[in-house]
Amino acid sequence: MTKYFLKKTAGTVPLLIGITLITFLVIHLAPGSAVDAKASFNPKMTAQAKAKLESLYGLDRPILVQYADWMGRLVRCDFGTSFVDGKPVTEKILQAAPVTLAINLGTLLLILVLGIPLGVYGAVRAGTLGDKVLTVVVFAGFSVPTFWLSLILMSFFGVRLGWLPISGLHSLFYDEMGTWQQYLDLGRHLILPIGVAAFTSVAGISRYVRSGMIQVLEKPYIRTARAKGLSRNRVIYGHALPNVFLPLITILGLSIPGLLGGSVIFETIFSVPGMGRLFFDSVFTRDYPVIMGILTLGACLTLLGNFLADIGYALADPRIRVGEHS
Amino acid sequence: MLLKAKIRLKKNIFVSPPTLLVGIFFLTVSPCLAAPVEGDAFVTSSISEPSNLIPFLASDSASHAVTALIFNGLVKYDENLKLIGDLAERWEIQDGGLRILFYLRKNVRWQDGEPFTAEDVKFTYQKLTDPATPTPYGGDFEKVKSLTVVDPYTIEVIYKETFSPGLASWSMGIVPKHLLEKENLLKTDFTRHPIGTGPYRLKKWTTGQSLELWANADYFEGKPPIKRYIYRIIPDQTTSFLELSVGNIDMAALTPLQHQKQTDTLFFTKNYQKFRYPSFGYCYLGYNLKHPFFSDQRVRKALGLAVNKKEIIEASLLGLGKVSTGPFLPGTWAYNPDVPEGVFDPAAARTLLKEAGFIAVGQDGILSRDGKKFSFTVLTNQGNDQRKMACEIIQKRLRDVGVQMDIRTVEWGTFLKEFIDKRNFDAVMLAWQLSYDPDIYDIFHSSKTKQGEFNFIGYKNQEVDALLDEGRREFDETVRAKIYHRIHQILSDDEPYLFLYVPEALPVVHRRFQGVRQAPKGVGFNFIHWYVPKDEQKYKLKA
Repeated sequence: MTKYFLKKTAGTVPLLIGITLITFLVIHLAPGSAVDAKASFNPKMTAQAKAKLESLYGLDRPILVQYADWMGRLVRCDFGTSFVDGKPVTEKILQAAPVTLAINLGTLLLILVLGIPLGVYGAVRAGTLGDKVLTVVVFAGFSVPTFWLSLILMSFFGVRLGWLPISGLHSLFYDEMGTWQQYLDLGRHLILPIGVAAFTSVAGISRYVRSGMIQVLEKPYIRTARAKGLSRNRVIYGHALPNVFLPLITILGLSIPGLLGGSVIFETIFSVPGMGRLFFDSVFTRDYPVIMGILTLGACLTLLGNFLADIGYALADPRIRVGEHS
Repeated sequence: MLLKAKIRLKKNIFVSPPTLLVGIFFLTVSPCLAAPVEGDAFVTSSISEPSNLIPFLASDSASHAVTALIFNGLVKYDENLKLIGDLAERWEIQDGGLRILFYLRKNVRWQDGEPFTAEDVKFTYQKLTDPATPTPYGGDFEKVKSLTVVDPYTIEVIYKETFSPGLASWSMGIVPKHLLEKENLLKTDFTRHPIGTGPYRLKKWTTGQSLELWANADYFEGKPPIKRYIYRIIPDQTTSFLELSVGNIDMAALTPLQHQKQTDTLFFTKNYQKFRYPSFGYCYLGYNLKHPFFSDQRVRKALGLAVNKKEIIEASLLGLGKVSTGPFLPGTWAYNPDVPEGVFDPAAARTLLKEAGFIAVGQDGILSRDGKKFSFTVLTNQGNDQRKMACEIIQKRLRDVGVQMDIRTVEWGTFLKEFIDKRNFDAVMLAWQLSYDPDIYDIFHSSKTKQGEFNFIGYKNQEVDALLDEGRREFDETVRAKIYHRIHQILSDDEPYLFLYVPEALPVVHRRFQGVRQAPKGVGFNFIHWYVPKDEQKYKLKA
């Protein structure tokens, strides 16, 4: 087991170097530069001033030297500073990540709370009118463009009814509120974003649960459970549902890296300063240190996710461990 | 310790009819009746976040909007776009413009209480010209030979050559020496916690969400009545319009569509005052003058005749714009009102093209000369629908006279690097922002055609070169006006650009603010004098 663990760990290092090297090359070779973005086509920006900026940022050196330099700093856990505002990259990511993480976790929770009962209902009542209506609603949510739905709901709940705030995370003068008021305020601001995100992606989980449940319900042990006279709820929730959860856990595991990936359109519409916007803005200003920081983080999380999944499988399934001897 | 203030939002934004009548009456006569009262907050929004609050490191409009409230320059433009003193009480121009003496105000303090002196000006100048400072504004100060502190309130600037636009460059915000002397400008915390001499100081900056500025009681022109200035970051235009529709934003710039079609509701007319005036910029079609067809002036004139500028304004700006006749802003002193708008005359365009040697050969009706078809590609940047629409209208009109124009939209970074810098284009559709000083040396002087410079169309005209040089040597506005009027005339005759339109700025301001006025500089230039009568104040701020 230890050998397996070490082998897996050692394997991720060259993988990480490969990923960062390729992304580094790609973003630096893309046309446009941080200096152009900063100059923003201002005639007062002379060619000398541009050259000055380029050497200040070290962009005039060969690209592999730049990469080596970047990597050298990375091993000391230094992601560098942003070209745009001079803030450390880690600080920028640490500011944006909690926002995205909170929204994504909230969404995930809501999806589970809604998706599982919906799936169970669909499976138990498969083929009935109720099931069909639910299928249509769930798929409608899945197909509707997020930005459109968001704007409609903002307009309805925010403008027409005036019940909910339209955008942002806080009201004006947030600091001057009491603690409970602050929580309430934040909560009110999160209702629409989380609601929209959950509604547009509840389809996935509910369909997995539904189809898994249908399969499980045909299994002999369910028949046995029924035959021995257990109540309907006992059969469904006590015996069938736990078996549906196994594939669900895999799906949840794979969504870990996604928890930190924000959607640009979504965050832009709700004026939420999360990871999606940070990345998008960095790309447009060619803020290389920030782009690389976010991509490296993403790569690490993905590798970590895979790694954990591998280990998990190995723990759960002896056949995988046995495989290493053959 | 921070005092906790209780905030109560005024719920009823809708006022009952009688109050409204009184309100209107009050509004019309109030400037001479009511004295400005303190209180309330002003909320505005921007699609992007300021990147840096050190004035000479800021290159984006969001940063400028905020630094303008925190810092002062030595000079500033007044509402009629005349240069007046700001931190400098007055100045003297000597030795034919080679020497400028600035006499500074003596009662100015930094927001931390330290006195402002000539040393701060010198420090700012040194940082601006320091090779280690990543500033886009170094070019303005390259012609300065030396800057000397004569006494704590007098500065002497010596120029290498006479450079009249240089005076306006002293509107650059001055930064405090005592706080920045030992700091590394690239890493300093000052960019997030700036201290200036201006009417507002930054109280709080919530990344990605908002900046909150508080009135500076110590301001040398007096404490501004509006207690807080809130700058919200709302990256989506539709969202900010929704926020405006419930009164959460006090001032915003509308799109032509919003201005014309979406703001005639009762709510809007009751709560907001709409303004419209020419924005400081113009949109143009720039020809690559190295192109064999476009180097021919007759061809450029013909294309100008074939395009209906008014139609473009009607369609892409819903009529909210003016025909552009040249590179200056209508109504300013440099603008030559005698330059004609140009006519739409496709028949004349066809004749002119024929004169230039173009004949229709094939079935498609496309003209050609020396066996080469007249077809070209216009490049424009992604994300600007107005420009794209303008391109499409031009495409149709040019097709009518037998010219094939293709449109290609390119992402901004790529656009600059691959096409503009490499001069790799037939024509481009772009817009210039205008500065208040009419010096357009960088854009039309023949010495500015090298890579990375801004005469990327490759325009060369000896008379324009000479006039541009002269315009930079002259300080007298009436003399300069003559020079720029002539330049305007020549550029209109030569048509190196097809000057298209000047879009209008379309701001709205909440009606509770008193003292709001429109001037040549726009709306908001006198923000520090705006106020809200006590009973109309929306945000009751105790602190």
